[in-house]
Amino acid sequence: MTDAVMNAGRVAFQADGSTGARKGVQVNRLDGGLIKGGKPLSFTFDGKRFKGFEGDTLASALLANGVRLMGRSFKYHRPRGVLTSGSEEPNALVELRSGGRQEPNTRATVAELYDGLEANSQNRWPSLQHDFMAINDRFSNFLTAGFYYKTFMWPAAFWEKLYEPIIRKAAGLGSISFEADPDAYDKGFLHCDLLVIGAGPAGLMAALTAGRAGAQVIIADEDFLLGGRLNAETFGVGDLTGAAWVEQAQAELAAMPNVRVMPRTTIIGAFDHGIYGAVERTADHVLAPEAGKPRQILWRIYSKRAMLAAGATERPIAFENNDRPGVMLAGAVRAYANRWAVTPDQTVAVFTNNDDGHRTAADLIAKGVKVTAVIDTRADAPAVEGAELFAGAQVIDTKGRLGLESVRLRLASGITRDVPCGALAVSGGWNPNVHLTCHQRGRPAWREDIAAFVPAGELPQNMVVAGAANGDFSTAAALRAGAEGAVAALSKLGIEAKVGELPEAEDAPVNVTPFWYVKEGKGRAWLDQQNDVTVKDVKLAHQENFRSVEHLKRYTTLGMATDQGKTSNMGGLAIMAELAGKQIPEVGTTMFRPPYTPVSFGVMAGRSVGEEFRPTRKTPSHKWAEEQGAVFVEVGQWLRAQWFPKAGETHWRQSVDREVLQTRNSVGICDVTTLGKIDVQGKDAAEFLNKMYANAFAKLPVGKVRYGLMLREDGIAYDDGTAARFAEDHFVVTTTTANAVLVYRNMEFARQCLFPDMDVQLISTTEAWAQFAVAGPNARKLLQKVVDPEFDISNEAFPFMACGEVTVAGGCRARLFRISFSGELAYEIAVPTRYGDAMIRKLMEAGEEFGAVPYGTEALGVMRIEKGHAAGNELNGTTSALNLGMGKMVSKKKDCIGNTLSEREGMNQEDALKLVGFKPVNAADPVQAGAHLMNADGEVSAATDQGYITSAAYSPVLGCSIGIGFLKRGDSRKGEVIRAVNPLEGKEIQVEVVSAHFVDPEGERLRG
Amino acid sequence: MGKFDNHGLKAISPLGGYEPRVDVFTGLQIREVTDRALASLAARQGSENAVKSAAASYLGGALPEPAGWGEHGVFSAWWMGPDLWMISAPHDSHELMAADLKQAVGEAGSVVEQTDGWCRFDMEGPRCFDVLERLCNANVRAGKAGDATRTSMEHLGVFLLCQAPGQVYSIIGPRSSAASLHHALVAAAKSVI
Amino acid sequence: MIINHPILGPRDFQEFTYLGDASLIDRPDWQADNAADQFHDYLYLRDNPAGEHRELWFHEQGDRSWLVVTRNTVTHEILNVELARDVARARGRSK
Repeated sequence: MTDAVMNAGRVAFQADGSTGARKGVQVNRLDGGLIKGGKPLSFTFDGKRFKGFEGDTLASALLANGVRLMGRSFKYHRPRGVLTSGSEEPNALVELRSGGRQEPNTRATVAELYDGLEANSQNRWPSLQHDFMAINDRFSNFLTAGFYYKTFMWPAAFWEKLYEPIIRKAAGLGSISFEADPDAYDKGFLHCDLLVIGAGPAGLMAALTAGRAGAQVIIADEDFLLGGRLNAETFGVGDLTGAAWVEQAQAELAAMPNVRVMPRTTIIGAFDHGIYGAVERTADHVLAPEAGKPRQILWRIYSKRAMLAAGATERPIAFENNDRPGVMLAGAVRAYANRWAVTPDQTVAVFTNNDDGHRTAADLIAKGVKVTAVIDTRADAPAVEGAELFAGAQVIDTKGRLGLESVRLRLASGITRDVPCGALAVSGGWNPNVHLTCHQRGRPAWREDIAAFVPAGELPQNMVVAGAANGDFSTAAALRAGAEGAVAALSKLGIEAKVGELPEAEDAPVNVTPFWYVKEGKGRAWLDQQNDVTVKDVKLAHQENFRSVEHLKRYTTLGMATDQGKTSNMGGLAIMAELAGKQIPEVGTTMFRPPYTPVSFGVMAGRSVGEEFRPTRKTPSHKWAEEQGAVFVEVGQWLRAQWFPKAGETHWRQSVDREVLQTRNSVGICDVTTLGKIDVQGKDAAEFLNKMYANAFAKLPVGKVRYGLMLREDGIAYDDGTAARFAEDHFVVTTTTANAVLVYRNMEFARQCLFPDMDVQLISTTEAWAQFAVAGPNARKLLQKVVDPEFDISNEAFPFMACGEVTVAGGCRARLFRISFSGELAYEIAVPTRYGDAMIRKLMEAGEEFGAVPYGTEALGVMRIEKGHAAGNELNGTTSALNLGMGKMVSKKKDCIGNTLSEREGMNQEDALKLVGFKPVNAADPVQAGAHLMNADGEVSAATDQGYITSAAYSPVLGCSIGIGFLKRGDSRKGEVIRAVNPLEGKEIQVEVVSAHFVDPEGERLRG
Repeated sequence: MGKFDNHGLKAISPLGGYEPRVDVFTGLQIREVTDRALASLAARQGSENAVKSAAASYLGGALPEPAGWGEHGVFSAWWMGPDLWMISAPHDSHELMAADLKQAVGEAGSVVEQTDGWCRFDMEGPRCFDVLERLCNANVRAGKAGDATRTSMEHLGVFLLCQAPGQVYSIIGPRSSAASLHHALVAAAKSVI
Repeated sequence: MIINHPILGPRDFQEFTYLGDASLIDRPDWQADNAADQFHDYLYLRDNPAGEHRELWFHEQGDRSWLVVTRNTVTHEILNVELARDVARARGRSK
């Protein structure tokens, strides 16, 4: 395979001006290329150490080292090598890095080489050379399209236990380490007049044109080197080499403060109204990100105009055994030679249906690589200098274990010929990268002259397309389209730009004769190498009547997974068209969807991971509660103290029981800041609240608080709270912690959309006040020590449901509410939040003589169940005021949200559910929330269901478990013994129907 | 009203300290600001002009236009929404500003004390643009002094007040989430700088 | 999507909360003879057009304005944006 190599002795067109004399440093390294500076780098592949250069990709470095075998295929575990030199790569997928940083299915073609890079092949065992699962390849006749659908249909019982585990084990390519990713990922937001997607000749020319006109420009390219195909070709631009022109353009752009150049940045999606998603890989090209620095950034780019200049992707030709390592795309072979100074082998053959393929032969010959044949499917193929041309010939088979050794040709004359080659450069023509033009509703149109789809239909708003992405394949056409596109786009924004003088560049026409696959041969001709889809599979799908390309895709898996068929879709649908006797445009393409290339979950999550998954809200007493050793619970975003364990308490119930009993016996303190607080003012404030609440507020006196129930318009209760009247035109309303945002939103809706001329102003004050419940028989005595003495808070002066402004601790302004959730004599006292920490300390200090306890959300819950107060479990989106036992509260004399529809017949049935309490007949039985209620006798079934228990707790006061819930006609069934059943756990207990008010049913304590 | 200044309760900052927190980076400083009193002012229906003129006499200058903020002597004010503004003044001298403001505007406006509803971090230094673009979608590079933008940072709704473009900003967010907001700001600064 | 706020100019739709059909502004009169039927239709009957749709958006992470946005549900083109309060007044919801 290592025939004598001609040394062309040609000076490399190196951007930094030096010649890269590196030929032979690695076995397949050539001279020249754009490997800058020549800094040698060391890396490992499957544990073996190799050398490469700065500027290499993993793929180019492996090729340089003579490594063609890079992976095993998905289904048949066929040995595979690199096919492409870009992000469209289907084969050369590796696991990059290890431990928490291990990343599976990374394309070696875009993995920028760094010193210490660690890569491993995947989907093979025990090694890439000897893969046990390659046995699948022997059974390929069984593993055709639809194999899973057909084979694992039945018996059904086998699915879960047998088929699925086997399939799961065999499926997938790379693996993950299951260790947490130690790296950070950022998100960010950018704005621009013109976003240029792709920094090839069209994109660079557009950015220069727009930048010179003073527009805000972002130019992004997925590559780490700007220039696009200019880096892969030998064309000049003006007087300069392509690479030198790119350097010059880049330098000019870098000097413009209005231009942001973003290499290593992939535009992953085109979204509505000029919004683009972009992933910038800020640290994938180094061993590890610096501390605190992100590995990648997900940018949301707001563009006024966008230009897609994403170039084109070459497509292969399918023929038998076309998947051997060494069979590559012609443009990729050329890119490796010209940009990376690498040849996949020292003897290369070319197989093409178009003129562009010939460039590969010419460039390789110029680089001293032996080209053993140029096989052109066209009988009128142009002449080739320095290699044998076979016009009108086809490649009908290949040979070589784990790598290409020769190809067999069917010549125009009909005879066969074997040609030795370690690499075959294949070109079936080029497909414009239309993907982003289709992310909205664009559907590409077929252009016969270039035998490819080009952008068409409804493009994303304000997008223009230029260069190869638009089917203009020559450098000169790309430069012109880039400049003119930028001028046209900016003119819409009122920015005047000029096309200026364009540099001279090659302007070769496209000469291509469509040729999709070689018909000769009984073996497998691969279309989609990533998913192991062959020409036969497409034929089978057609035979089985799959007619739509979308169905073809799902049935055969053609075009799925990481590469989304960038190199294979076109071939598949061309064959489908042929089989159906249709033209290609009649068949059409599958829908292109974001993301353009794979995106890591990490960058999607950004900083929202772990404790920072979402914002945390802390109560004013948080610091103090931490000092007390409180156990915290998340309530929405809030962190609330759940209970306060004391030394010696080993079970949460001990703490909670103590907190409940001590509160009921003396006094307890709880931070209730989390309840939503909305300040309602205006001349119509009372009338507005009448609309918001089911019950009436207009006549609530100043200095009083009233409980209020809010309904949805359909009559279902959704929130409750209190409204305190501080002045004729001033209320402070509370909502439940969970519904604060929703209630505020609904109130604004009513204010702006339903009652636009009511004089009412709303604003949230939830956070502004630290509010503490002080509950228990000694609550007043405690508060009298804290509230300044000039304020009389005796029962007479400040009765149940009173509210007012006071001062505490010698002059700190405060608000006092005499309301009770626990059923005890209770107050809520609020001070400006900054004093909340001092206030809880003050309250605890004042309460010391009473043995005051802090209590958490658990004790709060127990006490409200003992008192029969409804909470979230009862306001569960299915219950009305009637169900809650508050039917009479719904005022019929006024309009409010929900009152009309709450009168519907179906919501007022005689046997409607009513909120009642339940006590176990056997005191040792636990009452379970969620248990369903059945009559004492009879069948347990949905048909005989009598209701359900919504909340349950152990009541330390009653010494048994209790529950509240909804029972049909519950209010008239007190004393009845029924069953609470839990069929899921096979549990059933007898419960007695009682009042939901277990403690102090007459409400004497809270008025005391 | 002197007794309000020396009552027995010791204030803590939104981040839980007795002193405001300062984080310093090369080219950027993030400073917790605790010495401002706040009160919201809403125009009553039909009293939009009356409240504007009453507020102007109280503040010594006009209320800001939509999406703007401004300063008049010790006072500053920003636009929060239609016919709704936030007024700010030094805390030590104006802890009871809400009451004074209400007196000034009378029936023309609704005033609500907001001092402790918010936390504020001032960001100063030449790296502001680079850090802010990792935090919010506001087009800060196109902004000008006097812009007041409601935006969100790490899922938190904040006001972003531009004092000097690219150099000085105030970020005002919900007080209970001060630690989360601070974490977001510091993480972004460490990420960029 | 970008919603061109009548006061604040173009804003990202992520700052908004979506409610639904702008006909929710037209809340019936509770004292009408057939109030129950009217409320039923108001609450439950909606058009679901593939095309132009007037809908309510709340600028929750913004200035707290409710907006009526006229949007093409197929193309997401936004044809008009109004303050919902102005729309409500125009539709006779003033007291």
